[in-house]
Amino acid sequence: MATKKTTAIGGKQASKAERDRKTLAKIVDMAGGVASTALQGAEPTLQVPSRTRTNTLWNKKRGILQMGDACQERQLFNLGQAKGFMQSLLHSESIKSLIEAQKTLSLRGMFYKGLHTVAGTKEKTFTDQSESDGILEDLEVSLSALREELHIFAKKAGTIVGNITLIDSGDEIDCRHMGSGGYAIPSIVEPDVIQFKKCEAKFILHVEKNTVWSRFNEDRFWEKHNCILTEGGGQPPRGVRRMLRRLHEELKLPVYCLLDCDPWGHYIYSVLKQGSISLAFESERLAIPDAKFLGIRARDYVDCELSDDVQIALTDTDIKRAKEIMGYPWFADHKGWQREIAGLLKNGFKMEVESLITKDISYVTEQYVPERLKKKDWLE
Amino acid sequence: MTPHDPKPSKPPKPSKPAATSKPDPSGVAGTSAAAKGGGRKGSAGTRATAEEMASRQRDISVSEFFAKNRHLLGFDNPRKALLTSVKEAVDNALDACEEGGILPDITVVIEDLQPDRPASAKSSRYRVTVVDNGPGIVRKQVENIFGRLLYGSKFHRLKMSRGQQGIGISAAGMYGLITTGRPMVIHTRPSTRAAAHHIELAMNTKTNRAEVTVDIETPDFPPQRLRDLTPGTRAIEEMLSEDCYRTGTSVSIEMEGRYQRGRGSVDEFLELTAIANPHARITWVAPTREASVEDELLPVKAQSASSASPAASPVETTEVSGVVIFPRGVEELPAEPMEIQPHPKGIELGTLLQMVKDYAATEKGGTLFQFLQDRFCRVSATTAASMCKAAGVTSRTRARDVEAPEVERLFTSFENIRLGPPPTDCLAPIGVRQLLAGMLKGVRAEFYAASSRDPSIYRGRPFQIEAAIAFGGDLPADDSARVIRFANRVPLLFQQSACSSYKAVAETSWKNYGLQQPRGGGPVGPLVVMIHMASVWVPFTSESKEAIADYDEIRKEMRLALMECGRKLGSYLKRRQRMRREGERRDVFERYIGEISRSLHGLVGADPKKVYESLLRQARSRTAVADDVLDEDGKVVRQEPDDIEGVMVVDRTPDIAPRAAGGRPDTRPAKPSDDGDLFDGVGK
Repeated sequence: MATKKTTAIGGKQASKAERDRKTLAKIVDMAGGVASTALQGAEPTLQVPSRTRTNTLWNKKRGILQMGDACQERQLFNLGQAKGFMQSLLHSESIKSLIEAQKTLSLRGMFYKGLHTVAGTKEKTFTDQSESDGILEDLEVSLSALREELHIFAKKAGTIVGNITLIDSGDEIDCRHMGSGGYAIPSIVEPDVIQFKKCEAKFILHVEKNTVWSRFNEDRFWEKHNCILTEGGGQPPRGVRRMLRRLHEELKLPVYCLLDCDPWGHYIYSVLKQGSISLAFESERLAIPDAKFLGIRARDYVDCELSDDVQIALTDTDIKRAKEIMGYPWFADHKGWQREIAGLLKNGFKMEVESLITKDISYVTEQYVPERLKKKDWLE
Repeated sequence: MTPHDPKPSKPPKPSKPAATSKPDPSGVAGTSAAAKGGGRKGSAGTRATAEEMASRQRDISVSEFFAKNRHLLGFDNPRKALLTSVKEAVDNALDACEEGGILPDITVVIEDLQPDRPASAKSSRYRVTVVDNGPGIVRKQVENIFGRLLYGSKFHRLKMSRGQQGIGISAAGMYGLITTGRPMVIHTRPSTRAAAHHIELAMNTKTNRAEVTVDIETPDFPPQRLRDLTPGTRAIEEMLSEDCYRTGTSVSIEMEGRYQRGRGSVDEFLELTAIANPHARITWVAPTREASVEDELLPVKAQSASSASPAASPVETTEVSGVVIFPRGVEELPAEPMEIQPHPKGIELGTLLQMVKDYAATEKGGTLFQFLQDRFCRVSATTAASMCKAAGVTSRTRARDVEAPEVERLFTSFENIRLGPPPTDCLAPIGVRQLLAGMLKGVRAEFYAASSRDPSIYRGRPFQIEAAIAFGGDLPADDSARVIRFANRVPLLFQQSACSSYKAVAETSWKNYGLQQPRGGGPVGPLVVMIHMASVWVPFTSESKEAIADYDEIRKEMRLALMECGRKLGSYLKRRQRMRREGERRDVFERYIGEISRSLHGLVGADPKKVYESLLRQARSRTAVADDVLDEDGKVVRQEPDDIEGVMVVDRTPDIAPRAAGGRPDTRPAKPSDDGDLFDGVGK
């Protein structure tokens, strides 16, 4: 990786080498099993812990989603699984060479690394990137290794700004001087890459998307209220979630979320708070059970005296989705959330954070958020 | 056929100029001179006296009637006349051979006698010759058999045979006489020890009697002339050999005809005859040129073109320089059908009256009680007694004393009394194995199935339905299925849609068996459907014997037979589909195995070749079904592993089935020892 490192980071590197050795051993172990089974004349299979809703358990005590023990067997001699089997091995091989070469690749890069035409046919090994991404997620769980341990990263998505100084791969990043664009949160934010150097901020405000984030940044909200301002481009990627989690856990900063008043916004909150179904195996290090939902609330239409123009009618899918979310076990026995979603359904329309702009350009930064924070008016 | 047909539709010599020269009003009616004459007289008011009428009233000989109504017997046009003549001669030949217990060897030759006629001519003069190796005909019967209409051994009995009325061959001869003026030439050799007869006879239509013009003895049988006819006939050694034709009959008729291939042709007739008569060997020498109309290729032709070497297959049809040989598929004759007495339930009142009268005349003093037991089947003494009682006569009443009202009461009692069904040993079905052999030599397909129903009864007459289907192979995939119909082993070539068998095909739901079927029609696909009805009396819709009448009992049996075949086809198609699916599965596995072995080599250094081979072995064994047919190298015909009876699958893959003589012993179904390889459960 990077060449110039501070001494503090040098210690981490040793453990990283250790982790690489472990990961390699896991891959070789798996592949060795396949090879010896094949040579014995038996059908080789891969055990893949299943990333399905049914295999996702709600740990009420810890307030996070966890993956169950259920495994799916990926068989070579099964018409529906043969290709996946081959792809898993292709990617394993790529990962092995990545680790050996001490390099990392993006998800897209992995797609291209594994991509070629199957010998003697016109068929490509991967039809598109999403197929490749799915295989990589399966590999993560079946090798029980994190994505970064496999030397793979996702594209950057998400921005941070605020009263904090970070060290990223040895470079000092002062998040107070990031201009209008902010600092892009990398895909891998593990302690060996990112360290927190100096932090005065007292809380984190996470907003749904870049447009809203720009509004807050322009109004120097983080300066006035001494906080960190983040944005996750809709559904926050793992890098953003891990960053929030580390800030929350290591610096004890509370996380407040400002999201749209629609099923999508509620779902983003749910993912931030408890973890997602497809990445339930990572909830341990991603979920923030204490995260708070500031708004937009269904009642804000009345409370903030918004005009009719901000209403976006709920579609049938929205209604279906809202009801589904209402039924999530972590929302089901939460009276506040039941009321909130019922309110949304009763309204019959959605509201985006931007709808507050109809009041005043800086209404959201100068009144809405500060008032809510002061009144401790949020949902958990 | 009433002798007083009021309007004979065409005079024997349709003198066209005469008809056109008539004034206009007569041209409108234009049908019968007699009718017109009567009409004019009526309008003029001068009525004929009874005497005058009586002077014109006289017997109409059957021959005369035929001369005027030849279309009723299948001589409507020159092309059909040619076919009908061949058909009648071949039917007779086959019947004669079978009755004589001889495996039929039949040669059909059509010579073009006016090859100079332009190809566009409507018709030409041909000589049709049919030679058989049957028992021959004793000299004194020749005139009767060939020279009289309605003379024969087949009409008066209930016995399964090809011909029924005894019209056929003499009608052909008469047609030849009418159109060319030439007599029929018959060579027949009833005994190996004696010389053959050469007889030429012309029929007198007035007297219904033949007039012999030549009657000599000759050693020339089978006729040498035919052997030297064409380069093709000279090339084939066994052509009309004296070994095969030790006894037999040869009939030659010169006639105005039209030779053209396609549907309803002599070629099709012989092809189908060969299918329904796998025990017969038929040699066919066609005229060297055809009337100039587009040539619809028959399966036989397509096939002979594709089999390059003349020694291709012993059971498939071959063609050598214009001579087609339909080989013998099975080496045993069909069982000789038994003759039976009529069944009371299948008789009509008039017939019953006549039977009583005949009995009284022949059996002096015979009682009605006796008559019932003697002249009917399934009438026991007890039943006869109760019938007599119902008729109001005693068991000692003599037949000649029985009056019409009593016969009528007797007839009514037939309806009400419980009787066993007629015996069915009078039927000689083709048989499942023979059907398959016949289809195999006639139709190039991939899958064959046949079924034979148990005998059943219509109108007191026993009958039996058999069906066979051929699927796939070279058959056209997008056409409607071809339906080939047979009655007592005789192909039916015309009036398909009027035939009970075709209705049964259309009624069967082929969709259930994986085929397409438009509403109200037959199935569509590479399919040939064959239906055979065997009966002591086949109910034809007309005298030209082209379609089977639509009796519910018959149609139901046909449908059941078709369904049985259909089910076999359905399960075959499913199997084939499964094979294809397994083949695809294997493809998928094999495709990825290479990648996997390479990856494993990169990951753990495993020997990629060893891993590949091991995985490949597994993939192959897991998709073994795909190999089922391919593995049987060199075997053209193989047994269906699913234990299906009456089914045959032929592998038509050219690169896998080399036509090596050594590799084909199991294609010869005649050898009983090989039956197991070819058919299962054939015995039933």
